Amino acid sequence: MRAFTTLTGIAAPLPQANVDTDKIIPARFLKTIARTGLGKNLFANVRYREDGSENPDFILNREPYRQSEILIAYENFGCGSSREHAPWALLDFGIRCVIAPDFGDIFHNNSFKNGILPIRLPRAICEQLMEDAKLGANARLTVDLERQVVVRPNGEEIPFEVDAFRKHLLLNGLDDIGQTMQRAPAIDGFEAKQRAAQPWLYA
Amino acid sequence: MTETRPRTLFDKIWDAHVVEALPDGTAILYIDKHLTHEVTSPQAFEALRAAGRKVRRPDATIAVVDHNIATDASRYGTIEDPESRQQVETLERNVAEFGVPYIPLTDARQGIVHVIGPELGLSLPGMTIVCGDSHTSTHGALGALAFGIGTSEVEHVLATQTLLQKPAKNMRVTVDGTLPVGCTAKDIVLAIIGHIGTAGGNGHVIEYAGEAIRALDMAGRMTVCNMSIEAGARAGMVAPDQTTFDYVKGRPFAPKGEAFDSAVAWWSTLPSDPGAHFDREVRLDAAQIIPQVTWGTSPEDVLPITGVVPNPADQADEAKRAQVQRMLDYMGLTPGQRLQDLKVDVVFIGSCTNSRIEDLRVAASIARGRKVADGVRALVVPGSGLVKAQAESEGLNRVFRDAGFEWREAGCSMCLGMNPDKLKPGQRCASTSNRNFEGRQGPGGRTHLLSPAMAAAAALAGRLADVRDFQPKGA
Repeated sequence: MRAFTTLTGIAAPLPQANVDTDKIIPARFLKTIARTGLGKNLFANVRYREDGSENPDFILNREPYRQSEILIAYENFGCGSSREHAPWALLDFGIRCVIAPDFGDIFHNNSFKNGILPIRLPRAICEQLMEDAKLGANARLTVDLERQVVVRPNGEEIPFEVDAFRKHLLLNGLDDIGQTMQRAPAIDGFEAKQRAAQPWLYA
Repeated sequence: MTETRPRTLFDKIWDAHVVEALPDGTAILYIDKHLTHEVTSPQAFEALRAAGRKVRRPDATIAVVDHNIATDASRYGTIEDPESRQQVETLERNVAEFGVPYIPLTDARQGIVHVIGPELGLSLPGMTIVCGDSHTSTHGALGALAFGIGTSEVEHVLATQTLLQKPAKNMRVTVDGTLPVGCTAKDIVLAIIGHIGTAGGNGHVIEYAGEAIRALDMAGRMTVCNMSIEAGARAGMVAPDQTTFDYVKGRPFAPKGEAFDSAVAWWSTLPSDPGAHFDREVRLDAAQIIPQVTWGTSPEDVLPITGVVPNPADQADEAKRAQVQRMLDYMGLTPGQRLQDLKVDVVFIGSCTNSRIEDLRVAASIARGRKVADGVRALVVPGSGLVKAQAESEGLNRVFRDAGFEWREAGCSMCLGMNPDKLKPGQRCASTSNRNFEGRQGPGGRTHLLSPAMAAAAALAGRLADVRDFQPKGA
């Protein structure tokens, strides 16, 4: 996984609540056995018209937002299906950070596994960042994970919370499976104990 | 360690599965059962292969195809869609290479992963159960901790039989009283989602309690737990009781004889202790529930069937007004329209929410001796091959066919628009599935979520209808 340290980039405003993972990537694009190449299908139902041409009204089809690396949205971003294709599509498009008041739990987890940083900030602050984002290339945001701040174009720093363990993995680009496999003796021990107490789980 | 603090059902199952707790509260959580399917597993197996890793416990893993397969006879030949075919073939290669037990399409037990888990006794009380699918919450009906995971986590479980997790907060939703005639488990859970909203359960595990939940059979409890994710909660649970034990007993993979008795002894210790702490409590009165139907594009946009389409002008703030207007535009609705006047093009009875034999019996009791309205396409898709066989042995297939419904093979079907069963743009569908998101059942499709009984009534009326107006006719 690519490490996430600091990111300075264009933020796209998506002023909607309940942006579900079916909207982020519709199910018909899940018939892939790869993790890559999904960026073209990101938000497909609203990004393209029925004839396949781009919908010029959709934010990511407009300059400078084609180069967006940050997305600002409202409540419950990434709710719905567990599809990791949603963060894969965002990442493949170039988005490495999503800022919203809150997130669907599974999407939130999936993002960290792919080097995307989801940041929870109160609605009022998201509204301010939404206004910044509307200024496009004139208003780049900086996300500093080490210091846990979002820096607005006017220099104001907004602190955010992140789990210590997830921060550690992200900053160092660590694969958490490798970490867990180092704990194999503990897992062996757990299984031995469970097998004795609940043998039907090992039948 | 002596545990004196009163604990919830969730706390007890969590505590029993912590392999190791890390300093920041993250736990290495042991997973007892891992269900996999064709859509969210290929990248996980591929990564295992690339890293030279094995599946730690194939015996605790099972694979089945359900999402992208057709639900007509064509599926037994070559799968037409090349991408779907590749995904199914990839799963078959992966399970062979990694030694994972597999239920193929041709097996009588094949079906939707969340139907076959409980049905075969693969999912048991007290277990931690995961699957790369958000509706894994279904299995919590057994008194298990069951939740959906992403593909990276699928890979993590395959390699280590564990997950890195932080404990969720506890929420209890208590549904008191008795459900009125015409209402079912689906109406309960839609009413709950309408009450707490689709983000209401974020960060929580919901325990469903109260007289109306206790009174539900296992299929009803599965319907309720299934849609926990639509309330924002990764997992929903019902404390195991005699109804649970009677359901589990004798299922093919359930413990037998003495093992069953000792399992029941443990399972009986799991219900939440008196005085256990819940971070949030919600109460509903079942007696007040009227058959529910969604009108918008989020499951929280739900109303009694007696209601009318909301007016954006009635919304308090500008953002909400715009949101409601957007939904009305997408759904092709006008403020003030009676929900019962909305004509439907398609009716779908199926999905991991509502495709069990109990669901089909209720729908058949409404359909019996009546006819699907002209111009309506109505599908009944059993949740598994075993459900289908059971329904056929009871003659339900004939009831449905005589009424003009299609009787199909098991699978996810029209729930999610990734197999041949899809809505066409603009089509309005009364659906027993779980999501009414834009494009969920096919681009431009318009979904109204409701119960199997309500779906059957809509098929007969050709419009959204109040099932209480359709008394069952004799067999």
